[in-house]
Amino acid sequence: MEFAFLVTLLAAGIRSGTAILFSTIGEIFAERSGVLNLGIEGMMLMGAVTAYGIAFATGNPWIGLGVAILVGGVMALLHAVVTISLRADQVVSGLALTFLGSGLSAVLGAPLVEVRTAPRLPNFPIPVLADLPILGPILFNHNVIVYAGLLAAPLAWWYIHRTRPGMELRAIGEYPAAADALGINVNLQRYAYVVFGGMMAGLGGASLSLAITPLWIEDMTAGQGWIAVGLVIFASWDPLRAALGSYLFGAIRRLPLDSQNLPFFLANPQLGYFMNMLPYLFVILLMLISARSELRRRIGAPAALGQPYVREERGV
Amino acid sequence: MTAHSSSLSSRSRARLRVERRLEQPRWLRILTPFILISAALLIGAVLLRLVGADPWLVYTKMAQIAFGSAHGWSDTTIKATPLILAGLGVSIAFRMRLWNIGAEGQLFIGAWFATGFALFWLPRDTPQAILLLVMAIGGFVGGALWAFIPGVLKAKLNINEIITSLMLTYVAIFWNNYWIYGPWSERGFGLTPQFPRSAWLPRFTDFSSDFPALRGMTAHAGIFLAIALALILWFVWRRTKWGYEVKVIGDNPRAGRYAGMNLSRKIIGVMLLSGGLAGLAGMAEVSGVVHRLQERFSPGYGFTAIIIAWLAKLNPLAIVPVAYLFGGLLVGSDAIQPAGIAKMLQGVVLFVVVGGELLLQYRIKLERGASS
Repeated sequence: MEFAFLVTLLAAGIRSGTAILFSTIGEIFAERSGVLNLGIEGMMLMGAVTAYGIAFATGNPWIGLGVAILVGGVMALLHAVVTISLRADQVVSGLALTFLGSGLSAVLGAPLVEVRTAPRLPNFPIPVLADLPILGPILFNHNVIVYAGLLAAPLAWWYIHRTRPGMELRAIGEYPAAADALGINVNLQRYAYVVFGGMMAGLGGASLSLAITPLWIEDMTAGQGWIAVGLVIFASWDPLRAALGSYLFGAIRRLPLDSQNLPFFLANPQLGYFMNMLPYLFVILLMLISARSELRRRIGAPAALGQPYVREERGV
Repeated sequence: MTAHSSSLSSRSRARLRVERRLEQPRWLRILTPFILISAALLIGAVLLRLVGADPWLVYTKMAQIAFGSAHGWSDTTIKATPLILAGLGVSIAFRMRLWNIGAEGQLFIGAWFATGFALFWLPRDTPQAILLLVMAIGGFVGGALWAFIPGVLKAKLNINEIITSLMLTYVAIFWNNYWIYGPWSERGFGLTPQFPRSAWLPRFTDFSSDFPALRGMTAHAGIFLAIALALILWFVWRRTKWGYEVKVIGDNPRAGRYAGMNLSRKIIGVMLLSGGLAGLAGMAEVSGVVHRLQERFSPGYGFTAIIIAWLAKLNPLAIVPVAYLFGGLLVGSDAIQPAGIAKMLQGVVLFVVVGGELLLQYRIKLERGASS
């Protein structure tokens, strides 16, 4: 009985952690290139609302997904222009992006709140594998978007650590002047990765509104974009650790919902408020853990994170 | 190169070059805020048109409602009060480049403490002056306590205060929900019983027997506290050693450390003050306006405060008018559909200001060929 509960929880955790995983991976790329983007929450919300609206209007969730990715990219482009070309403060520009996204999504989404019938992305149990005991329900009986997340993490890791462009990505975030000397166009690549990060956040938002909690409500991300920023630090900018953090977060987020029928919970319904705090406290705990391991292993943020690169001013 | 050839090529090579101004001329510095606000309104108008609203109508109606009458000013003052207090709080932390963006949570906890004193922890017959004082101190301490956590984590373990202060905001909101639906609830609704009159901050309308013009104006004494604190903070930055040190650390932490300043103590102190002022905003809101603790009593004051602080360039005296502007935006947009317009315009304004301010530091120069 308890065991079945654990399996359900893990499956639900992987499902519900998927949105945050996409956003976290996207942010890892942006930060690896040297640009902090705190606008994830805003981009996720815009992704969620456009995906839902377009899917409803066209009847095709895939078009919704595509447009959401595009919208995330366009928003990130704003951030890129302001921080890379105009060299504004990355923290403040990211905050502005979040305000813009949450406000604009509320305006755009106002008529969508009543809509309960937008098409969703399909579930796809993988034949044979889905029938395995334990592993089947946890890994192989999911929405298509969940598989995309499961694949994205190792793929991103491989790109960063095992390919030539991945090496350049790490270089422009660690020591842009050296990368520049090698003929790498630092700012162009930064543009590309910031936009890519935005597209991933748009994808994350879309996977929320088209699959994970398929509807639109104002501020439906409830801080998930911010949690992604925290998870990047916990993950030490590593996509595989990001997957671990995202799925754990997903499971903890599902805890109050999935444990509603446990006898312990039924006896103390007010516990729900405290269980709802858990995901956020969990992130603080992760930050504590990573602060300690950061000290131990001396693995930190990309050295040039937060600093615009100007050729004439290099050598600092 | 002969003069002849260079004059020829200069015609063909004349081009526009964008370069950074070494120094901003005075006229530009004065015009900057106006240019930026006009640009933000213009972009906002385009967005409004895109979502199907009539921008001119929206703007004029909002301005009319918020600033067109004495009662409009009173309503705007109500919204400006917590915005000034929280904006001052946020600006203190920002001045040291500490990104306390959890003012909203600190405001909730401040309101929670104030509510506890107003309804439960003090004898019913506590005189008004003492009760209000205790509530204000409680609100300040509550907010400070909530900001202490990210502060101490930042100071001792260098943990990113952006994330922790924001995560704690969500925790604070669930904490409040527990109390207003649970132990403090009035008949199971998401609100507490109403405060006794002795826990209400005096309102303008309370003096209408002596000054009939004030009848119906529900703005409260909190605004005087807010403006007084703005003046005090201005003085602190200008004239005190503490203010000076915080500014030095904000501009260059290494220089501060070399000069023998205790960084981690400063971080914690700044966070305590920053959160305390946000908590005071929460106290003012429940004691002056809502008169009880309830769900969603703040429409995101703590977040709007961030924009206000930044727009005011962290100058305490500028925070007051900017907060009034955003208070007006909130009042005006209450009467406008769809509901997210205020939030959207806030985002546009902040974005234009952040990007535009730097844009204006560049100039376009017509360059003629060989004269390098």
